[in-house]
Amino acid sequence: MTRPRTLYEKIWDAHVVEQRPDATCLIFIDRHLVHEVTSPQAFAGLRASGRTVRRPDLTIAVPDHNVPTTPRLDAAGNKLPIADPESAAQLAALEKNAPEFGIRYIDATAPEQGIVHVVGPEQGFSLPGTTIVCGDSHTACHGGIGALAFGIGTSEVEHVLATQTLLLQPSKTMEVRVEGEVGPGVSAKDIILHITGVIGAAGGTGHVIEYTGSAIRALSVEGRLTVSNMAIEGGARAGLIAPDETTFAYLKGRPYAPKGADWDAAVAYWKSLATDPGATYDKSVVIDAADIAPSVTWGTSPEDVVPITGVVPAPESFADPSKQAAAAKSLAYMGLEPGTRMQDVPVENIFIGSCTNSRIEDLRAAAAVIKGRHKADNVKWAIVVPGSGLVKAQAEAEGLDRIFTDAGLEWREPGCSACLAMNPDKVPAGERCASTSNRNFVGRQGPGARTHLVSPAMAAAAAVTGKLTDVRELMA
Amino acid sequence: MTPLDKVEGRAIPFGLKNVDTDVIIPAHWLKTTTREGMGRGAFESLRADPDNLFDSADFKGAPILIAGDNFGCGSSREHAAWALGDLGIRVVIAPSYSDIFSGNAVKNGILPVVLPQSAIDRLMEVATTDPVFVDLEHQTVTTQYQDRFSFEIDPFRKMCLLEGLDEISLTEKSDAAIGAYEAKLDADRPWMRPAA
Ligand code: SF4
Repeated sequence: MTRPRTLYEKIWDAHVVEQRPDATCLIFIDRHLVHEVTSPQAFAGLRASGRTVRRPDLTIAVPDHNVPTTPRLDAAGNKLPIADPESAAQLAALEKNAPEFGIRYIDATAPEQGIVHVVGPEQGFSLPGTTIVCGDSHTACHGGIGALAFGIGTSEVEHVLATQTLLLQPSKTMEVRVEGEVGPGVSAKDIILHITGVIGAAGGTGHVIEYTGSAIRALSVEGRLTVSNMAIEGGARAGLIAPDETTFAYLKGRPYAPKGADWDAAVAYWKSLATDPGATYDKSVVIDAADIAPSVTWGTSPEDVVPITGVVPAPESFADPSKQAAAAKSLAYMGLEPGTRMQDVPVENIFIGSCTNSRIEDLRAAAAVIKGRHKADNVKWAIVVPGSGLVKAQAEAEGLDRIFTDAGLEWREPGCSACLAMNPDKVPAGERCASTSNRNFVGRQGPGARTHLVSPAMAAAAAVTGKLTDVRELMA
Repeated sequence: MTPLDKVEGRAIPFGLKNVDTDVIIPAHWLKTTTREGMGRGAFESLRADPDNLFDSADFKGAPILIAGDNFGCGSSREHAAWALGDLGIRVVIAPSYSDIFSGNAVKNGILPVVLPQSAIDRLMEVATTDPVFVDLEHQTVTTQYQDRFSFEIDPFRKMCLLEGLDEISLTEKSDAAIGAYEAKLDADRPWMRPAA
């Protein structure tokens, strides 16, 4: 009998091409997602060394980081120019590089275009049990369907393009088990914010986290992608959720997913991936779902999480002196006083989008809160950016776009947008944003911008009241 | 990648501690499409001062940079190594580096030499007026005076730098194994190929 193994170990073992004398392994990469920001120098490197892409069939290129979220075509259907010359150059490079190297390319004006991590699962390109890489740190997202997925740098992008492999050290394993049922108004985002608050931004360093337990099993695939997306914010290399019937139902019939007899063979294989009884993790954390409230961040690290009913903590309340110093710095940047009730913090900007929270379920949750209401007067800028053109079309078919625009929110074209503010969507310096994205780092949403990470329903609630708000009060 | 064995020339006596990658190359340089020309963005904020070291007559184009503890900390951007390379730097000498930076440096043909602070202090002094000699084969840093400092380097990294081998060339040596893996995957799990 073989030793009981975790989901991570099974995927790792199935991808070892060669083992080096140390623990390093050459790992086969099943899927490679390429976008415009981290790929130009990789393609330039290939060209300079006369190399080709080993497996163009396992690669998809789609622009998302830089694209403006304003209309991309004029009334006559012609492409509108990109104002920022550097973004335009990166986008043009991808448009040229992809066909030159024989890679599938989804243009910014195509209906399937969207954020790489939304497009992969949506197209059935990302599959359980596969290894997936992308030059973006939130690639862990695909772990929500049971893929071992992680972000890589530009040199590694070039390495994968040329060899379809990466040299990697095995990670340690960590289980985060969330048991029980979450209360009303608590979403997948609140679960992962709460987890990040509990384990800390470095809690998963050197590990791959597998999320288990009844509260995780109860999540839709959209919710699981949200949870795994932020594995990296807990310091982990990747996140994983074992594929199950929910996963299979989500993937069946998607364009790149297996069909017919292949589908049945695939499902049988995917079912074999679940962590064996008796397998052990290097580290385990158990969380009671009942403890999770609608959550919000107060600082500039994703671990700076409090329930919306809480207050801004005092730096002295932390035991660790380096955390005390970091908290004091965070509060100065965020313009917050210790003891302030989170619900008294006004927000001028709302961002509903990013690969964390821009899928149809996220937009439905936000629309349900905002329906029949209007944004508060002090909210100057409120945008809803669907994760892909297909999500956008679905939302429009359900009338969600009208709910948002009637409430005074802007309905945009898909892309990363104010998640990292590389395109024109930026939060002004010194202003606050209730944001459904994944990082509240200094300057992430624009120089001097102050980010409060929240769920889509909580962002919608903040839009309505003009301050951070307990969404449960609007649900009554 | 250009092989690196002996590097001699002026060494920029920079010496600052905790230089993060944002200082080495500011974030707005991430929006580029080539590695070339990135040297213009290297240490941009420091070079806004017309009297900066990097553009001085003595040190412009110098192949060696002497820095303080924890060089290359902060964001993992590989652009930091590209920027140094484009500036003409082949060797950095410092008491310590961030892990990611030293990995990126080697990948881009730059040697990160680790020496104790006392050696750094001495080299900083010599560098203001005289050249510094780095010999990777023998793992030494010397000056035209009596100075001779030995340094340690991982043998694999040393080999890569000496032979100018990049990681892709190394992996290409495993081409047959990758091909065998692909063939077995197609046989065992043919549905793993994207359906469309
Ligand atoms: S939305 Fe943000 S985190 Fe997601 S891929 Fe885009 S930039 Fe990265």
